[in-house]
Amino acid sequence: MTTGAPVIHVAGCRKTYGSTVAIDDVSFDVYDGEIFGLIGPNGAGKTTTMECVEGLRAPDRGTISVLGMNPIRDVYALQERTGVQLQQAQLQKRITVWEAVDLWASLYRKQTLDGSRLLEQLGLADKRNAWFMTLSGGQKQRLFIALALINDPDIVFLDELTTGLDPQSRRTIWELVRGIRERGKTVFLTTHLMEEAERLCDRVAIIDHGRIIDIDTPAGLVARHCPERAVELSTSDPDAVGRFQRIGCVDAVSHRDGTITIRGRGDDFVTEVIQCLSEHRIPVTDFRTILPTLEDVFLTVTGHSIRD
Amino acid sequence: MWRGLWKLTWLEIKIFMREPLGALGTILMPVAIFIGLGRLAGSRRLNVPSSADSSLVRVDLPVFAAIMIAITAVLSLVTIISIYREGGILKRLRATPLRPQTILSAHVLVKLLLTAATLVLMVLAGKRYYPIANGVPVIAFTIALLISTASILSVGFVIASIVPTARFAQPIGAVILYPMLGLSGLFFPVTSLPPALQTVARVLPMTYAVSLLQGIWKGEAWSAHLGDVGALAVACLVCTALSAKLFRWE
Repeated sequence: MTTGAPVIHVAGCRKTYGSTVAIDDVSFDVYDGEIFGLIGPNGAGKTTTMECVEGLRAPDRGTISVLGMNPIRDVYALQERTGVQLQQAQLQKRITVWEAVDLWASLYRKQTLDGSRLLEQLGLADKRNAWFMTLSGGQKQRLFIALALINDPDIVFLDELTTGLDPQSRRTIWELVRGIRERGKTVFLTTHLMEEAERLCDRVAIIDHGRIIDIDTPAGLVARHCPERAVELSTSDPDAVGRFQRIGCVDAVSHRDGTITIRGRGDDFVTEVIQCLSEHRIPVTDFRTILPTLEDVFLTVTGHSIRD
Repeated sequence: MWRGLWKLTWLEIKIFMREPLGALGTILMPVAIFIGLGRLAGSRRLNVPSSADSSLVRVDLPVFAAIMIAITAVLSLVTIISIYREGGILKRLRATPLRPQTILSAHVLVKLLLTAATLVLMVLAGKRYYPIANGVPVIAFTIALLISTASILSVGFVIASIVPTARFAQPIGAVILYPMLGLSGLFFPVTSLPPALQTVARVLPMTYAVSLLQGIWKGEAWSAHLGDVGALAVACLVCTALSAKLFRWE
């Protein structure tokens, strides 16, 4: 997946608004066909970075190349080949779903997708003649996805796509985004939802205070920054704690209210705990593994929670 | 370059007509004011026939109504642009191959078309109350009004560039445009103003719009008003250049 030339190349980008440094020394590559996520708290510089890549903003310093083009100089040529969903965008209150799709379809020089089919695929066929203002949050976002896809783009930009949606709509949108990747497109998204990044992205870049902190696959980031795992189990065997302490990759064992928590690291950790259980025939009434998530990674690398 | 202009223009007209208050206010209000004033002045004329009154009915009222159409259109443009900006609609449209000038031109076209439509309605409605208006060069007057509106619209773009939020668009627009109308020579001749205000009046496009509309309504030749047209064109160019510098998309 991460082979060949990147479709997006960003090197040493800096953008300031007055005395505020929005992003500084931002560099990353996005490869063909992947879902790349820029994750960080609100105000970290996600949208600024994305808008520089889209050609909507000019960075003060640094170089950006998208599909081999300069996004500022070649913005109109680039827009033919990219699809954009903006954070908190609105349309005219009384424009209908179909009118929006039809207008967008007329703006491109190249052959656009069949709007009716697109609306069907996005579950908006019955909302065709509804005014934009009457749509629910999830329907609005699906319409924006339709508008971002209408020109059959090579790269789709999705900025905070599921912010403000209920969990069910969010899951629907995730499925749609995976569908975009399956069509062979590259997706560049931003989110402050770690779960979204973890479930959706092939690779993520963590951004905080305008700087990229690390880039890798979600699993790679977890393995690098948070290798600790834990198993929580309940047992009546009084010797269990002692046996767990003798497992090689175990760091600590604690015992509270009949629940034993075993902490350790490494890929074999959980396997070794299970082997120990079966070897010594330790009866277990409850068993739970606790694996670190991107949320923990974020806390580790930035020193603060993403919600702060 | 201008791809999407007609589609966007047509779409904006449809969207505008779906907003009952906007459509009513922009098209019917000037017509209603025109008819109301016409009846008032007409009935007064029956009681006190004087040359001043007949000039009021013959020329000033129609020109006033026409200017009101233009101002209403401009205020509506300022409001729509600021609502679109605040709601991120301008930004969303800009992130497509639509050129900025196409987006704004579509709005200008919508307003010019609505201005023309309102004028036609007014002429039709006015036939009953202004029998004397029958000999008026309607087509020339329509063209004069469109030129005036275009020039005042460019002032509207400068206003739309500086209003902070949609909530302030209408009041700020009104505070700028109505005093222009007061100084325009429609109510009292520019020469009767204090010298300082005369200078102000002479740089305001409204003054030339009123002069042009009055002249054309009275049946004067275009050649007598080339100065007015020139001044309106210059105002339009200056304001367009100014708003190109000041305009914010978000």
